[in-house]
Amino acid sequence: MIAVSDLGFTYPGGAFHLTIPALQVAQGERLAIVGPSGTGKTTLLNLLSGIVEVESGVVDIAGSRVDRMSATERRAFRIRQIGFVFQNFELVEYLTVRDNILYPYRLSDVLRLDREVRSRAEALAGAVGLADKLGRYPQALSQGEKQRVAICRALITQPRLLLADEATGNLDPANKGAILDLLFAQAKAHDATLIAVTHDHELLPRFDRVVDFLDFRAAADA
Amino acid sequence: MREALYLAVAYLRFHRWRTSVLVVALALILSVPILTRMVLTASEAQLSARAAATPLMVGARGSALDLMMNGLYFTDDRPEMISMAESERVWDSDLAISVPLHVLYRAGGEPIVGTTLDYFDFRGLEIAKGRGLTVLGEAVLGANAAARLGVAPGETLISDPENLFDLTGAYPLEMTVVGHLKPTQTADDDAIFVDLKTAWVIQGLGHGHNDVVEEGMAVESDAPGITANAALTQFTRITPRNIDTFHFHGAPETYPISAVIAVPPDARNAAILRGRYLAADEQAQIVVPETVVEGLLATVFRIGAILDGVYLIVGLATLLAIALAFFLSLRLRDAEMRTAFHLGCHRFTVMRLLAAEIGIIVIAAGLLALTFLSAMSVVTNDLAIWILTSAD
Repeated sequence: MIAVSDLGFTYPGGAFHLTIPALQVAQGERLAIVGPSGTGKTTLLNLLSGIVEVESGVVDIAGSRVDRMSATERRAFRIRQIGFVFQNFELVEYLTVRDNILYPYRLSDVLRLDREVRSRAEALAGAVGLADKLGRYPQALSQGEKQRVAICRALITQPRLLLADEATGNLDPANKGAILDLLFAQAKAHDATLIAVTHDHELLPRFDRVVDFLDFRAAADA
Repeated sequence: MREALYLAVAYLRFHRWRTSVLVVALALILSVPILTRMVLTASEAQLSARAAATPLMVGARGSALDLMMNGLYFTDDRPEMISMAESERVWDSDLAISVPLHVLYRAGGEPIVGTTLDYFDFRGLEIAKGRGLTVLGEAVLGANAAARLGVAPGETLISDPENLFDLTGAYPLEMTVVGHLKPTQTADDDAIFVDLKTAWVIQGLGHGHNDVVEEGMAVESDAPGITANAALTQFTRITPRNIDTFHFHGAPETYPISAVIAVPPDARNAAILRGRYLAADEQAQIVVPETVVEGLLATVFRIGAILDGVYLIVGLATLLAIALAFFLSLRLRDAEMRTAFHLGCHRFTVMRLLAAEIGIIVIAAGLLALTFLSAMSVVTNDLAIWILTSAD
């Protein structure tokens, strides 16, 4: 269960102010966030994940108050509880597909990389059709393959919350559907909540719920 | 730390060329000053040992350093020649054993040292292959010279021509190599030893030819000499058949030598002998090589200290350049660092990763420098001898 209330955030310089009066997402729910560019969709994901510090309001993720955490606590919470699929994949060029999937374990002091995790990485790669590309570097992969690696990396820690920022934005129509299938399947398999920012209205019917950021703007104005 | 090391190795392996350049640059910064010190120390040891083993040296007045370098290391620093009479003067004094040296010519680039058999006893030189010098025209090669020239006992060696356009100058002489010396790790290893008379033959002071009268080549035969016509040719090789025809013109005591090594039995005789060369009108000088070396070493140490300073400055500049390159590469890795933070990486983990990368590069450079220095330490002594013997 994710509960956000009276969330406020202003970017340095005050050029942009985000206000979200209330947002609740049930565990296992698949939520799509839409809205024009510049309305704060990515900022919301950053606030939920603790990448950006909350200025005011409440961000409660499964009983953990992200808004009250220190930077160190937010980092530890993020790496354990949240899987993030970035718009530009953000793969590490010098690591193979296998090591990119295991990257959170290589970076973390709280996660332990053991045989079971390695097996899980191989299983995830197999599930997304990358079993024969575990030894390859990102530069040798197609866009769709890179996105699948990014999804595997987001899922490897078995997070309870999966955030996807324009995860299908760089893909062709055939790949978009496949990637979304994959995200849904993996989220369901791990009972994870999925919050996805998207501009692709064709994909919206497949989500449990769609939130339009313009509604937040209207509510805030009211 | 294990994961940081893993990521660091992965990064360095992926950028293997950049890593190699950094490692080699750092290894050179570490090893070149040490190598210079090693060579300087070996040169110092060489100079000191050889000088200490040579009590006194007599030569023409002038540069004591040139005299010593030519007499000890057979360099091209040619001092004024003195006459053989100076060697006999030392003998006649009964104060020291006299070992004359004639270092003027080369064969295959190696110095030809004309001397007497006393030199072999004095330096403790031993034959490794073949035999020692017995007759005119024979040569014995030092260990390194033998290896470089590739001339075995029984084969011949031709002295280098001095000046192709000087008809009265020294003509190349074909010498028979009769033996190789055991290595001594001194300048003797690089020399070609011949009898003093053979050196004089190369210089043109002695020669061999057919009988002018018997061969009908005499133009004039008025006493005291015979003038031959242009058909007369001099032998360019000394063989058992023509050795008896070789002869010298003029008094032997006037023949030139470059130096005399004087070996007095004790300090008293040495002091007396040195006193005999103090007169203002004395044409020769007597030097104590050890004293000359001390002066030279003081200069070498000063140069060494300056080199250390230069290496320090160049090393610091290079380290700064490497540091700059490293920090610029960090800016190129902004996206990677951002991803790491987005995923939940602690900033200390990134610092550990960078520290691991630097550590691996420094350790690799240290190992490379150590390997390089170990390999060079085997040849440091040879390098020192080469520097000393090739000094002009």
